[in-house]
Amino acid sequence: MEFKASLALIAPEVVLSVSGLVLLLIAAWAGDKASRLVSILSVAAIVAAGALTAPILCAGAMGPDTIAFGGQMQVDAFSAFAKLLIYAAGIACLMVAPPFFERIGAMKAEYPILILFAVLGMGIMVSAGDLLTLYIGLELNSLAAYVLAAFVRSDQRSAEAGLKYFVLGALASGILLYGMSLTYGFAGTTSFDGIRAALSGDLSSGAMFGLIFVLAGLAFKISAVPFHMWTPDVYEGAPTPVTAFFASAPKVAALGLTMRVALEAFGGQTGAWQQVVIFLALASIVVGALGAIGQDNIKRLLAYSSINNVGFILIGLAAATPRGASAMLIYLAIYVAMTIGGFVAVLMLKDKDGEPVEQIAQIAGLSSHRKVLAACLAMVMFSLAGIPPLFGFWGKFMVFQAAVEAGMVPLAAIGIAASVIGAFYYLKVVKVMYFDEPAEVAVGKSDWAHQAVLLVSAIFISPLGYLLTGWLGDLADKAAAALFLVA
Amino acid sequence: MIGIEHYVVVSAILFVLGVLGIFLNRKNIIVILMAVELILLSVNINLVAFSAFLGDMVGQVFAMFVLTVAAGEAAIGLAILVIYFRGRGTIAVDDVNQMKG
Repeated sequence: MEFKASLALIAPEVVLSVSGLVLLLIAAWAGDKASRLVSILSVAAIVAAGALTAPILCAGAMGPDTIAFGGQMQVDAFSAFAKLLIYAAGIACLMVAPPFFERIGAMKAEYPILILFAVLGMGIMVSAGDLLTLYIGLELNSLAAYVLAAFVRSDQRSAEAGLKYFVLGALASGILLYGMSLTYGFAGTTSFDGIRAALSGDLSSGAMFGLIFVLAGLAFKISAVPFHMWTPDVYEGAPTPVTAFFASAPKVAALGLTMRVALEAFGGQTGAWQQVVIFLALASIVVGALGAIGQDNIKRLLAYSSINNVGFILIGLAAATPRGASAMLIYLAIYVAMTIGGFVAVLMLKDKDGEPVEQIAQIAGLSSHRKVLAACLAMVMFSLAGIPPLFGFWGKFMVFQAAVEAGMVPLAAIGIAASVIGAFYYLKVVKVMYFDEPAEVAVGKSDWAHQAVLLVSAIFISPLGYLLTGWLGDLADKAAAALFLVA
Repeated sequence: MIGIEHYVVVSAILFVLGVLGIFLNRKNIIVILMAVELILLSVNINLVAFSAFLGDMVGQVFAMFVLTVAAGEAAIGLAILVIYFRGRGTIAVDDVNQMKG
């Protein structure tokens, strides 16, 4: 009975893994001809998993009914919120990928399947209730991601991106694992609830080491400074649809995981990790803002922007309150829309032969020949900078408000000051597009899938997004409440 | 008498050697793959030693999972390395520098 109930709880994961395996057989049997079909079926599988997940979030599920397999998985509202964001990002990256890969003859049926398995791994990450489940989910996601980064085998930059991502990702997994082994040794258990119960009172130095190593490993995965050095290279070298995926879904998953570990497993030791998180947040904001200034490749620029945004999201974690967690989730939802919109806009920048355009100088005067695209990209940039009428401002506002309510006024003040530095390079892109002499390079047209994804994300981050604040805030509050249940 | 401390110290030494192997090595990417394996082995020593010390099976189960995943990770790492070598004709660490900034 217990087993049946557990299986019912992990239905989305079952759907994803079974359909991934079946599609792998189809791909092996039909070859690359079937890549379009496999893409469509993968989207269908993710939509099905999303349909199974949505009711959990709407019901605000939490408590003992959400625990599957004796505490290995927690299928609560928090995991449902994060999973829905991951699924949305996965679907967007599946929709925009085929034209990009088909042009260079690299579209293989394995691409959607790898995305599917990565999405499955991320779903497991955010619903982990035990260090073991956490590790399995993380590796399932990472192993698929290493292959995705090196997906265009003929492109040397893609292979180099894959190699760098692999080496640093494997190092991060190693550091994380070492931390988990110490935590296990000093707490005597691997379940989050057990760790929380075992580590009450003062932390022994061994458990403290474990906590620091776990946080460092997770910081690698969310590319927080000082563990960010792989991000610009990997984002630049990986194929653009894959970069869009890396910048959105794994960020949600890894941040969700960080929240679970920090607030659930180490929730009784807030004082021990708060300083670390504050440092990570401030360093990410400052380095992300300063590093982006000299960049002339738009994918590198967006990579630094993602480092910068992770810093802002971590401010919510530093607050360590339900308000902070809920603000983080709202920010993540907006961040996914901004990132997907930004990278899809970059994908749509191509010259008359369809070659991708990545240099910022080449999109000079874009507004004169591609008005809608320029407007959407400008909106993404303004929103990333957090300029008020756009929805990106709301995420920053919520995060800073949570920090101020938690009594962290200096943190919020430094964050706001640094976001002004960040605005410089976002606005530079807008200036190049609107006020520079037209370069007339990016004139290529894109298909409906790109336009649809760009339009949806642009509408979400436009001032119209504010109509959703009540609904989104409600869902995020439910999800955050599930995280703080034991507290 | 060999106690838990000895195992933890050996594991810490192996871990540090692994991390240094990744950062100090200037020659060859294969060495980096070996350093990653070293890190994972140090974790396994920790897990099994703690498991025996605590009288709790979870650590040993965890070690089996780590072994399995490490095998998959090595396979993927070598596959990416082969693609890289085909394009560049070298696997020297100092030549991995097409992208900078």
